[in-house]
Amino acid sequence: MLKKQGIAAIAALTLSAGAAFAAGGSGHVEDVNFSFEGPFGTYDQNQLQRGLKVYTEVCAACHGLKYVPIRTLADEGGPHLPEDQVRAYAGQFEIYDPELDDYRAAKVTDHFAASGDPNAPDLSLMAKKRAGFHGPYGTGINQLVRGMGGAEYIYTLLTSYHEPPDCAPEDFTGSYNAAFTAGGFPESCKNEDGSHMVPGSWIGMAQPLWGEDVEFDDGHENSLHHEAKDVAAFLMWTAEPKMMARKFSGLTGVIFLTILAVLLYLTNKRLWAPIKGRHEGDA
Amino acid sequence: MAGIPHDQYEPKSNSEKWLHGRLPIVRLLYDTLMIPTPKNLNWMWIWGIVLAFCLVLQIITGIVLAMHYTPHVDMAFASIEHIMRDVNGGHFLRYLHMNGASLFFVAVYAHIFRGLYYGSYKAPREITWIIGMLIYLCMMGTAFMGYVLPWGQMSFWGATVITGLFGAIPLVGEPIQTWLLGGPAVDNATLNRFFSLHYLLPFVIAALVAVHIWAFHTTGNSNPTGVEVRRTSRAEADKDTVSFWPYFVIKDLFALAVILIVFFAVVGFMPNYLGHPDNYIEADPLVTPAHIVPEWYFLPFYAILRAFTADVWVVQATSWITGGIVDAKFFGVMAMFGAIAVMALAPWLDTSSVRSGRYRPMLKWWFALLVLDFFALMWLGAMPAEEPYATFSLIAAAYWFIYFLVILPLLGVIEKPLPRPDTVEEDFAAHYAPKAGGAHTFVKPAE
Repeated sequence: MLKKQGIAAIAALTLSAGAAFAAGGSGHVEDVNFSFEGPFGTYDQNQLQRGLKVYTEVCAACHGLKYVPIRTLADEGGPHLPEDQVRAYAGQFEIYDPELDDYRAAKVTDHFAASGDPNAPDLSLMAKKRAGFHGPYGTGINQLVRGMGGAEYIYTLLTSYHEPPDCAPEDFTGSYNAAFTAGGFPESCKNEDGSHMVPGSWIGMAQPLWGEDVEFDDGHENSLHHEAKDVAAFLMWTAEPKMMARKFSGLTGVIFLTILAVLLYLTNKRLWAPIKGRHEGDA
Repeated sequence: MAGIPHDQYEPKSNSEKWLHGRLPIVRLLYDTLMIPTPKNLNWMWIWGIVLAFCLVLQIITGIVLAMHYTPHVDMAFASIEHIMRDVNGGHFLRYLHMNGASLFFVAVYAHIFRGLYYGSYKAPREITWIIGMLIYLCMMGTAFMGYVLPWGQMSFWGATVITGLFGAIPLVGEPIQTWLLGGPAVDNATLNRFFSLHYLLPFVIAALVAVHIWAFHTTGNSNPTGVEVRRTSRAEADKDTVSFWPYFVIKDLFALAVILIVFFAVVGFMPNYLGHPDNYIEADPLVTPAHIVPEWYFLPFYAILRAFTADVWVVQATSWITGGIVDAKFFGVMAMFGAIAVMALAPWLDTSSVRSGRYRPMLKWWFALLVLDFFALMWLGAMPAEEPYATFSLIAAAYWFIYFLVILPLLGVIEKPLPRPDTVEEDFAAHYAPKAGGAHTFVKPAE
């Protein structure tokens, strides 16, 4: 019976059924080995700084990060930029101040600007509102093994712009992206049973990264894959800025509870020994 | 109160006597903590403590979260992000609260299935069982309303779908739905009242828990044999029981610590695993998510809700008999609430004179099937409403009702129970033979 309920508890945990149908659909998502994966994974500070640069020079043209305070760029467990650099970073931007009813230079206490283009979604939580991995069969096992895959989804999306397939009409709206499933799809690329001949769909956003779009200060490679990886990691941080503190608290909890459990186990055994007609020290 | 004979607190010093004469609270605490407890309780009797812990955890984390949360449609989502980013330890508090709900339901389902297998619901513990079912209903209400508060896409659309169920009630449905929502659709009024009720209901649960404990402290705990503790004399009662403190408190705390290791690992390392990514998208009344899926703990009953579609003959027959008043939607709603109602009626549906499933050779198999059925329904609740899942759902939903309405009443008549021990002491001794005898039997074959 205990075993059965044990299985019950595990099954309940693994049946993350809801997550199985997350937005993002069923396009193939590349499994990237990010530094922040697993119980001991941490953000790579340099990678976050590079991602910030990609975001600032490319993404921010249309997208925003309205939930992210600029001051958090200085946070440990984040990009950890020096205070003066954060101040200089904030100073580049003008933001609208409703109290002044005018524009002024941004301060570190301000948030990043919201999306300038109404069609461009805010990116603050993008890495948490998309799941890269699903299933199999609604069991959520893939997410248990590989993680939710939000950053992987962003990386794959940015690197999956391809030449449109021959079946599509030349003037079909949007750009063909093999990882994006929520966009338009031409009838001429559907089989008779309605299934799609090609993966993905047509996305409204034109290809944003081509490789060598930004020069990294640390001289890191700036090919498309590197830029996409760095900005995906940066957006994981904007979505989950306290990840490292959280993992540390979780680990502390697990360690202390393990010690407590061992002590309670020994206490319990000794306490019950006379009741069970056994002597101390016996199994 | 004809409880199990045991020691009672007697005030000794003058100050104790003074207090006792005015408020016998120390005796109440003493009696509650020192209650004679069957000494053969197994590891499935630990979930009560886990549940009590969950309630306290949720109330404490919830009160702190409420200090930073804003129940307004324009600010709720941003206030959650404020908690996650700016409040000291806010991210961990929120993840504890979020996953605490899941732990709460893991524990309550284990607790309920424990009761169903060992016949804990049978006389004289029907009231304990019914109160327990009320607690479970309050938990579902609280969890549902709590899930609406972050004002994400699943919050909004879940609220729309679930309150829509009340709209399916014939004649009075729509006024009821409007009354629940505080308007024609899910909006600021809904969010405000859900926040208010989400704060209230846990205290209702706490009160019901007190009554739940009071009830089973009157009847005494059930136990894996289903054989009652002897209460004819103090000496006999002492052979069947040990006091709750320290024996079961320590045992339960050990179990709780082990469970919390897993819990903290989930909160620390994969806090969003059980959630839905769509809930990190702010609610938008104009965009319907591709799949509206409830949290995992509602899925079995959600599957039952969806199983009875208009093409099922039972639904068609009901619709025809009632002149169309009971349509497929209302039938589904009745099935969902009925699935919980039949569980609540188990004390009267089960005709067997034997309490514990341990001595019921036929029930064992049907019960195992019920547990499987529960997980099947949980899985089916998350799958899209299309074939073959629709047919599977119908079969699984049907079995849920068949178990309670046909198998439980019938088994009592046709089943031949196995011999039971006469006393709890006998059962306990059979498990824990004195070491001297036990050791020899194990050593000899090796010689």
